[in-house]
Amino acid sequence: MAEFLQFAFSGLTVGAVYALVALGFTLIYNASGVVNFAQGEFVMLGGMSTVFLALAGVPLPLAALIAVIVAVALGLALHRFAIEPARGAGAVTLIMITIGASIFLRGAAQIVFDKRFHSLPPLFGGDPIRFAGAAILPQSLVVLAGAAVVVVLLWGVIDRTLLGKAVIATAANRLAARLVGINTRRIVDFSFAVSAAIGAVAGILITPITLTSYDVGTLLALKGFAGAMLGGMGSAFGAVVGGLLLGLLEAFSAGYISSNYKDAVAFLVILAVLFVVPQGLLGRAQVERV
Amino acid sequence: MARNHIVATIGIGASILFAACHPASAQIKIGAVLSVTGPASFLGDPEKKTLEMYADAINAKGGVNGQKLQLVIYDDGGDANNARTFATRLVEEDKIVAMVGGTSTGATLAMIPVFEEAQIPFISLAGAVQIIEPVRKWVFKTPHTDRMACEKIFADLKHRNLTTIAIISGTDAFGKSMRDQCVAVAPKYGITIAHEETYGPRDSDMTPQLTNIKNTAGVQAVVNTGFGQGPAIVTRNYRQLGITLPFYQSHGVASKQFIDLAGAAAEGVRLPAAALLVAEKLPDSDPQKPVVVNYSREYQKQTGQAVSTFGGHAYDGLMILVQAMQRAKGTDKAQVRDEIEKTKGYIGTGGIVNMSPTDHVGLDLSAFRMLEIKNGDWTLVPDAGS
Repeated sequence: MAEFLQFAFSGLTVGAVYALVALGFTLIYNASGVVNFAQGEFVMLGGMSTVFLALAGVPLPLAALIAVIVAVALGLALHRFAIEPARGAGAVTLIMITIGASIFLRGAAQIVFDKRFHSLPPLFGGDPIRFAGAAILPQSLVVLAGAAVVVVLLWGVIDRTLLGKAVIATAANRLAARLVGINTRRIVDFSFAVSAAIGAVAGILITPITLTSYDVGTLLALKGFAGAMLGGMGSAFGAVVGGLLLGLLEAFSAGYISSNYKDAVAFLVILAVLFVVPQGLLGRAQVERV
Repeated sequence: MARNHIVATIGIGASILFAACHPASAQIKIGAVLSVTGPASFLGDPEKKTLEMYADAINAKGGVNGQKLQLVIYDDGGDANNARTFATRLVEEDKIVAMVGGTSTGATLAMIPVFEEAQIPFISLAGAVQIIEPVRKWVFKTPHTDRMACEKIFADLKHRNLTTIAIISGTDAFGKSMRDQCVAVAPKYGITIAHEETYGPRDSDMTPQLTNIKNTAGVQAVVNTGFGQGPAIVTRNYRQLGITLPFYQSHGVASKQFIDLAGAAAEGVRLPAAALLVAEKLPDSDPQKPVVVNYSREYQKQTGQAVSTFGGHAYDGLMILVQAMQRAKGTDKAQVRDEIEKTKGYIGTGGIVNMSPTDHVGLDLSAFRMLEIKNGDWTLVPDAGS
C-alpha cells in the first residue's frame, strides 16, 4: 500500500506539470486551431528565467513574477510575428512554424542563460512529509495546489466572464465570432498569453523537484501533447485529466513493470489513443457534414 | 614587356621567401570532440577549458618541437551521432594529427572506428573499460575504467562488512557499462546484488525505482552508476524517501556541480575519485600532490570555477600526447602512437600512468581514492579497502 501511494504521488506531481502543459496546448488549439509545440519552452523559460534573475540578486517572488511576464511577452510575440502572418496556411505548416519557434527559443536560451542544470529552493523546505508509509515532498503539494488554482481560475474566467464567452465563441466558429463583433485577433493573443503564463508557472513550481536546463522543453512538450490527446484535444478538463493520467501511468509502469520503458509510455499512449479513441477520453468526435 | 617580366619574377621570389620564413602553416592540429553542452556538460565544459588553457600555456613556451599547437574543438552536445560526424570532419577536412576527446563512453565508442581507420592516435576521456578492452592499436584513455570504480567500491563495502547491495543505473552507455562490470566482478568480492533498477539519463523523478529498492529485504547498501544530471536527482530522491543505507556513486559525478545540484542530500555519499578533488588535503609525501595542487590552482585562477576530475583527465590526455610528440621528435602518427604506448611513470591528475601494448590506460587501483562528501566538500576516507 505504501509503495502504491509513493508511486501515485510521484505520478501526480509530474502529471500536474503535464496537465498544465496540456492545458496550454488545448487553450491555443481551441482559440486558433494551432497545435503549439513551443509550449514546452514556456515551461523551460519560466524555470530558467527565475533561476537567473535570482542569481542576479532579484528576490525570488519578484524574479518569478518577471519570469512569467517574460514568458507572456514571448507568447504574444510568437503569435504576432510567427503564427498570425501565416494565418491562412494549413495545419501542418502552422505546426512546423511552432516547432521552428521552439528550436529558436531553445537556441536563444543556450546563449542567454547557459547549458548547465539549475535548481530553485523549494517553497516550504526539502524535508519530506511522511504519510501512510510514503514520503511526499512539500513542493509536490505546492505543484498540485498550483495546478488546481490555475485550473479553477481559468474555469472562472472562461465560464463566468464576458471575455471567457468571447473565447468560447471564437473556438466554436471564428467567422461567426467576428461577425458579432469579437476581436478574434485579441482573443487569440489572450490565449497565447495565458498558455505561456500557465507554462511558466508550471516551470517555476516544478524546478525545485526536477531541476531545469535549456532543453527540458522538448520532452515536456511531447508528453503534454500526449496528455492533451489522451484527454481529448479541445477539452480543457480533458487536458488536465489526460496529463494527470499520463503522469500516473508513467510512475506505475516505472514502479511495477520496468523503469526502462518509462519514456515509451507517453508515446504508446499516443498510439493507443489514435488507434482506439482518436477524439480522446473526453473530447467530442469531429464530425463533418458532407 | 621585359619590365613586367622583372616585376613578376621579383613578386614570385618575394612571396616564396615570405612563405619560407612564415612557419604558420606548420602548426600541430589536435582535434577534440567534447560534450560541452547537454546532459554531460559538467564533464565536457571543464575539459574544453583545460585543453584551451594548457594549449595556450604550451604555445607560450614555444610549442612542441618548435611548432605551435592548434586545437580544433567541436561540441557534440552529448549525442554520440554528432560525435561521429565531427570525428569524420576532423579527419577529412581539418586533417588533425591526433585526437584528445570523447567526453562520454557513447561518443567515444561511436568515434573509435573513424580513428582506427584513419590511423590517428586517439586519447579518450571517457570511462568504460570497453574502450581499451580489447586493446585497439590507436585508442588510449586517461580516466580510470568503470571496472576499477566497481572494484574500489566493492573493496570498501567488504571493508565495512556489507555484502548485499542494490544497483540503480542510468541507461546511457557509461551507466550500463559500469553496471555490467559491477555484476561481473561482484563474486570476486563476495558481493550479492539483490535488486536492480534503471532510469533514463533525462528522467526527472526516480522515486518509483528507489521505492522498489527500499522495499527489497536484505539490501545493505546502494550503488548508483551513471553521470550528469541523473545521479543528482537519484541522490535527492534517496534522501527524500528517507533511505539511510550507505550510498555509493561512481566517478561520473566527480564535480562540484553534483554537490551543488544534490544539495544537502549529498551528505555522506561515497565515491571513488582521483586525488585531484582533495588536492590540498593530500599528505605532502604523496607523489601526485604537486601536479594536482598546481593544476587545481591554475584552473581555479583562470576559470573561477572549482576543479573537477574531468578537466584533470583532459589535462592528462594533452600532456601524455605532448610528451609522446616530444619523444617522437615529430608528429608522425605511427611514431607518436608508439611513444604514447611507451608512457611510463607519468604523474598526472588521475594517477601514475604506465602504459604497455596490452594496457592502454596504464592506471591501477591505487590511482583511485575513496572519497566521502562532508559539509558540501570532498574528504578522503582514511582507511578504505585497497
